[in-house]
Amino acid sequence: MAPLILKSHRFRAEREAAWRRLEALLDRFEKGRTARLSDDDILAIPVLYRAALSSLSVARAISLDQNLIGYLESLSTRAYFCVYGTRARLGERFTGFLLRGWPEAVRAIWIETLVSAGFMFLGAVVALLLVHSGADWFYAFIPAQLAEGRDPSASTADLKRALFDTHGASGLAFFSSFLFSHNTQIAFMAFALGFACCLPTVFLMFYNGALLGALLAVYADHGLGVEFLGWVLIHGVTELFAVTLAGAAGFRIGWTLAFPGMQSRLDALADAGRLCAVVMAGVMIMLACAGLLEGFGRQLITSTALRYAIAASTAAFWLFYFYRSGRRLHGRR
Amino acid sequence: MAVADARAPAALAPLDTTDPSRLRSLITPEGVDLRLVLASASERASAFLLDVVIIVASLVGATLLVAAAAGFFKFGVGEFFLVIWVLVFFVLRNFYFMAFELTPRAATPGKRLTGLRVAARDGGQLTPGAIFARNVMRELEVFLPFSFLVANGQSVDAWIRILALVWCAVFVFFPLFNRDRLRIGDLVAGTWVVRAPKRVLEPDIADAETSDGIAFPPGAFDAYGIKELAVLEEVLRRKHPPTMAAVAARIRRRIGMTDSTPDEEFLLAYYKGLRARLESRMLLGHRRRDKYDTP
Repeated sequence: MAPLILKSHRFRAEREAAWRRLEALLDRFEKGRTARLSDDDILAIPVLYRAALSSLSVARAISLDQNLIGYLESLSTRAYFCVYGTRARLGERFTGFLLRGWPEAVRAIWIETLVSAGFMFLGAVVALLLVHSGADWFYAFIPAQLAEGRDPSASTADLKRALFDTHGASGLAFFSSFLFSHNTQIAFMAFALGFACCLPTVFLMFYNGALLGALLAVYADHGLGVEFLGWVLIHGVTELFAVTLAGAAGFRIGWTLAFPGMQSRLDALADAGRLCAVVMAGVMIMLACAGLLEGFGRQLITSTALRYAIAASTAAFWLFYFYRSGRRLHGRR
Repeated sequence: MAVADARAPAALAPLDTTDPSRLRSLITPEGVDLRLVLASASERASAFLLDVVIIVASLVGATLLVAAAAGFFKFGVGEFFLVIWVLVFFVLRNFYFMAFELTPRAATPGKRLTGLRVAARDGGQLTPGAIFARNVMRELEVFLPFSFLVANGQSVDAWIRILALVWCAVFVFFPLFNRDRLRIGDLVAGTWVVRAPKRVLEPDIADAETSDGIAFPPGAFDAYGIKELAVLEEVLRRKHPPTMAAVAARIRRRIGMTDSTPDEEFLLAYYKGLRARLESRMLLGHRRRDKYDTP
C-alpha cells in the first residue's frame, strides 16, 4: 500500500507548531503573576487564539482524530477564557469601588435599607416595652450566658462598672479581631438567608433590634440609659448600619427571587447578586472599622459626651459618603 | 456571543463518553461553538470535599504553629499570635475560595485536582463581585446546616433542629434539582462550573509505520462508521493486548478475513484504511455515523 497522505495529516503538520506555542503561553499565563509574559507574548495570544479556533473548525470538518479534536477544543476554551476574561488591575478596581461602586450600590437598595432598619427599630421598641413592663421578658430575648451578668438582677454599681471599666490596652487587639470576625459571619448569614424569600432575614433584623432594646431597658430602669447608649453607639452606629445593609442586600436577593420583574428569574438574580456583592464587600469594610472602634475606642474612651460625639460623627460620615458623595460630582459635569 | 442549551446536531456531536445533556453551547464572537461540558454533581461534590480537607488541614497546621510560637514568647507578644490565629481562621473560612477563583485559572485546589473551573454563564467576564457573591452564599448552603447538625437539644428543641435541617436540605441539595447543576451561589452570581481538563496532544496514530503486506478484501472499509473508528482509536492508544485481540477478532469476522498478522499491526492497518475512506467521504459531505448508518 502506498504511504497514506491524509488531508488531516497535512493540516496538522502545518499548524501544530502554532498550537504548541499557544499552549506554552497559556501555561505561563495561568501560573499568574509568577511568570510574567513579555509584550510580544501578550500580543501573540489573541492571534494564536483565533488561529486555534480556525484550526478547530477545520479539524471538526475534515479530521476524525478524536484526540486532536479534543485537544483543540480544550486549547480554544482555555485561550477564550484568557483573552475574554482578563480584568483591570486590582488597584484601579479598588479605587473605583470605593469612589463610585459602593455608594452607588448602597443607594440602589435604599428602599430595602429602610425596610431593614424599620424591622430592627421595631424589634428594639418591642423588646424595650416588654422588658420595661416585666423583667422576666429579658430572658426571652437574651440567653443568660450571653448577658454576662448584665441582666435585671444586677445592681446599678455592677452595670455602671461594665460601662466605664477600662481593662487597659492588653487584649484589645484580640477582642477587636474576634468581634470583627463574629460580626462579619452574622452579616453574611443575614445576606445569605435573604435567599429564603426574605423571611429569615426579617427575623434576624428583628432579633438584632430586640437584643439592643432589651439591654437598653435594663440599663434605663437603673437610670443609666444615656450612658448605655453612648457605650453602644460609639461603634454601634457603624456596626448596626453594616448589619442593616447586609439585611437590605438579603432582602433584595429574596425579593428578586420572588418577583423578578421583566427579566427571567436567572438573569434578574444574577444582576441582583452582583449588586449585592458590592454592598456586602463594603459591609465587611464597615465591620472592620466597627471592630476597631469597639475593640479600642470603647475601652479607652470613657467620657459619655466624647462617645456621643464620635457616634454622631461616624453617623454623619457614613450618611454623607453613601447618600451625598456621588451626586456633587454628577452635578459638576 | 450567545450561549444556549443546544443539543449539538448529530453531525457534530462529540464521540467521547460525555453525557450529551451536560453540553452547553458557547458561541464565541468569532462564531465558533466551544462546547462546554458542565461539571456533574458528583464532580463538584468531590472538589468541595477536597477543599474542605485542605482548609481543615491548614487550620490545624496554623493552630499548632500559633500555639508553638505563643509558647515561646511572653503573653504580650502571645496575644499578637492569637490575633493572627483569629484572622487566619476568618480569612481561610471566607477568602480561601474567593482568592483562588480570582486567579486566571478560576479554580480552587480541589477544583484543579478534579479538572473543573468557574465560568460566567453568559460567556463574559468573571467579575470579583460575582465570585464574592457565590462564596458568601455558602453560609446558607454549608455553615447553617452544619451548625444545626452539630447543635444539641432535648425533645422539642431537637425536633425543631431536625426540621430546620430538613429545610436546609433544599439549599444543600439545590444542584441536584436543576439541569445546569447550579448551586445557590451560582444562581446569585450568574456563574457555572465547567470541566476544564488539560488535554495532551498525542501523536497521530495514522503516522505509525505498517508493513504493506496486509491486503484487505473489497468493501472492508465500508463495514464501520465514525463511531467505531473512534473506539478503534481509543483501543489503539490504550494498547491493552486482550482488548486488541478481541477487537481484531471481531473485525476479522465481520469483514471475512483470516490472516495471521499480529493484532496490533492488523488493527493499525485497518484503522488507516478506514480513516482514509471515512475522511474522503466526509470531504464530499457524507458522514457515516456508525455501522448502521447508510454507507
